[in-house]
Amino acid sequence: MSAIHMLTMPKWGLSMKKGKVNEWLKGVGDGIEPGEEIVEVESEKIAGAVEASVAGVLRRQLAGDEDVLPVGGLLGVVADADVADSEIDAAVAAFLADFVPPSDDEEESGPAPEKIEVVGRRIRYLKHGDGGQPLVLIHGFGGDLNNWLFNHEALAGDRAVYALDLPGHGESAKDVGDGSLSMLADTVLAFMDAVGIDSAHLAGHSMGGAVCLDIARRAPARVDSLILIGSAGLGDEINGSYLEGFVAAGDRRSLKPLLGELFADTSLVTRQLVDDMLKYKRLEGVGTALATLAGQLFPGGRQAQVMAGVPAALGKPVLVIWGEGDRIIPVAHAPSAGGQLRVEVLAGQGHMVQMEAANEVNRLIGHFLG
Amino acid sequence: MARKITYQQAINEALDQEMGRDKTVIVMGEDNAGGAGSPGEDDAWGGVLGVTKGLYHKHPGRVLDTPISESGFIGAAVGAACNGMRPVAELMFVDFMGVCFDQIFNQAAKFKYMFGGKAETPVVIRTMYGAGFRAAAQHSQCLYNIFTHIPGLKVVVPSNPYDAKGLLIQSIRDNDPVIFMEHKVLYTMEGEVPEELYTVPFGEAAVVREGGDVTIVAIGRMVGFAQEAAASLQKQGIHCEIIDPRTTSPLDEDTILESVENTGRLVVVDESNPRCSMASDIAGIVAQKAFGALKAPIEQVTAPHVPVPFSDALEDLYIPNAAAIEAAVKRVKEYR
Repeated sequence: MSAIHMLTMPKWGLSMKKGKVNEWLKGVGDGIEPGEEIVEVESEKIAGAVEASVAGVLRRQLAGDEDVLPVGGLLGVVADADVADSEIDAAVAAFLADFVPPSDDEEESGPAPEKIEVVGRRIRYLKHGDGGQPLVLIHGFGGDLNNWLFNHEALAGDRAVYALDLPGHGESAKDVGDGSLSMLADTVLAFMDAVGIDSAHLAGHSMGGAVCLDIARRAPARVDSLILIGSAGLGDEINGSYLEGFVAAGDRRSLKPLLGELFADTSLVTRQLVDDMLKYKRLEGVGTALATLAGQLFPGGRQAQVMAGVPAALGKPVLVIWGEGDRIIPVAHAPSAGGQLRVEVLAGQGHMVQMEAANEVNRLIGHFLG
Repeated sequence: MARKITYQQAINEALDQEMGRDKTVIVMGEDNAGGAGSPGEDDAWGGVLGVTKGLYHKHPGRVLDTPISESGFIGAAVGAACNGMRPVAELMFVDFMGVCFDQIFNQAAKFKYMFGGKAETPVVIRTMYGAGFRAAAQHSQCLYNIFTHIPGLKVVVPSNPYDAKGLLIQSIRDNDPVIFMEHKVLYTMEGEVPEELYTVPFGEAAVVREGGDVTIVAIGRMVGFAQEAAASLQKQGIHCEIIDPRTTSPLDEDTILESVENTGRLVVVDESNPRCSMASDIAGIVAQKAFGALKAPIEQVTAPHVPVPFSDALEDLYIPNAAAIEAAVKRVKEYR
């Protein structure tokens, strides 16, 4: 490991070109452990923390609060305490001399989402990484593959990671048929067939967790392991007024407070997040799709299908992650750990725990998958 | 990320998709087919700037070229609308609206009121407006304010490709007459637009940017200039909130008032001439309904009270720009 580590503006998702420094969480001279959060930055979509990948001392803060930097731009420097200041200055000068900010052109390196036909429906998906035993990421009700913005690339270091838009969601077809859980699960299985995946690690958030459980129940051979995040399908409670409000909300005023319930820190609900959600909700067919799904899966504000026995019965590794302050599906639904079942409850986090505590969740999943 | 297309393509796509969805939607206007279908012409111009290009062959018999008689074909469109069709009439330049005012103001806008609510007039009149095209006094005016004045008309002024598509689809489905204002300088503007059908509701302003110091209400092409000014002001520590009303009738007063209640300062940016404009209208509404919140006089950034000049240099001076917006924001911010 190099003694001097450059801390740079991260790239969260395809559209991020620059980020703003919100707040330094560490001061110059502070000791840093790997995994510690050093600085909070904000893209136009969401705010998050940049964490240390190495141990050392924060030696330089090169961007001030409110500064806007291009992706890859230099935020600060972490180095051992015994590295000379002159060496750090030389490294900073060398970095700045070589740094080329990404162009504003739309065409960027990196994978772009693709669309394929799966049992008569257009399904959008995005693939990061190659090889290894693949991981498939399945979003929740009203979400899309961008719910994995902070996780997708980070998990794709040594394997292919696919995220898809379920029927009725994102840029996939809006027809959801009877709106049943088995329709969603069958679509994911057919998607795996279409992209040539025999079996995979399945990660599901919220309703996506219930989809994973249904696949594990009906097609266990297709599942290598399960990662369930704030998952549906493990108990019958769910925030019915949130669901009802979300399906009905047609404007910014009604939507914004609802989206706030998804996060422990409601300031994460930016104008852009609300606008993007409204744009999705206004696509032809989305209103019907969401109402149909909600009517099937969560009638009367309860979960229709409880598969609490599936994780233990699967006989394969299962990781359950929950935000302790989840206001959509209660953390009490998390099963008891034991055997091949690991449970991680993250304090101070809400339903969108994979976004709010992305670094922590990525680390847990990384360890779990080995 | 979603696909990017231009404002002009977004309008063409909205027309194409709605014609595909609803057989009562027809397109009519001067050169809208543009010679397409005549011998030797496979696919011709499609309107004076090509907005309706390609529709003639996709929707046979439903793209109609009209004589150069606005009073005639706008009247025909209004009549067709009363009889079960959903016509989208293209009135090339808004400047020519004067010759068919009676069809719009006295007929289309009044039917519902005069016939006891029994008559619907689902006509859309698309028209180009705005300066910056070196087209001089009779092809450059910004007249959405005139239609906004007339009860019974809805007036739509999209500032970007996403809104252009969603608002045009909403316009076609609306059961009242809609004046759909397209800024010709924006036709080449690119933006992310879903391939699927979607609508943007009338009377819902977009909050284009959030900020706590000064509210800027900007319309149509002016939204882009306001964003430019706000980016520059941000570096100077002044945080602007930008509101794009998207439709001037109905007008989303609540979003504007809520913002001014928060910032206490308002700059309205409007490409129209200043008298009896959207700028003066919005300034009046805020002065009356949010008077207690105001910390400074309201600034209006508009064109001057003169016709659009033919001289390039004078036309450039005529159009409100980012520098003028920035100066107005500073005046309200520094007012004591």
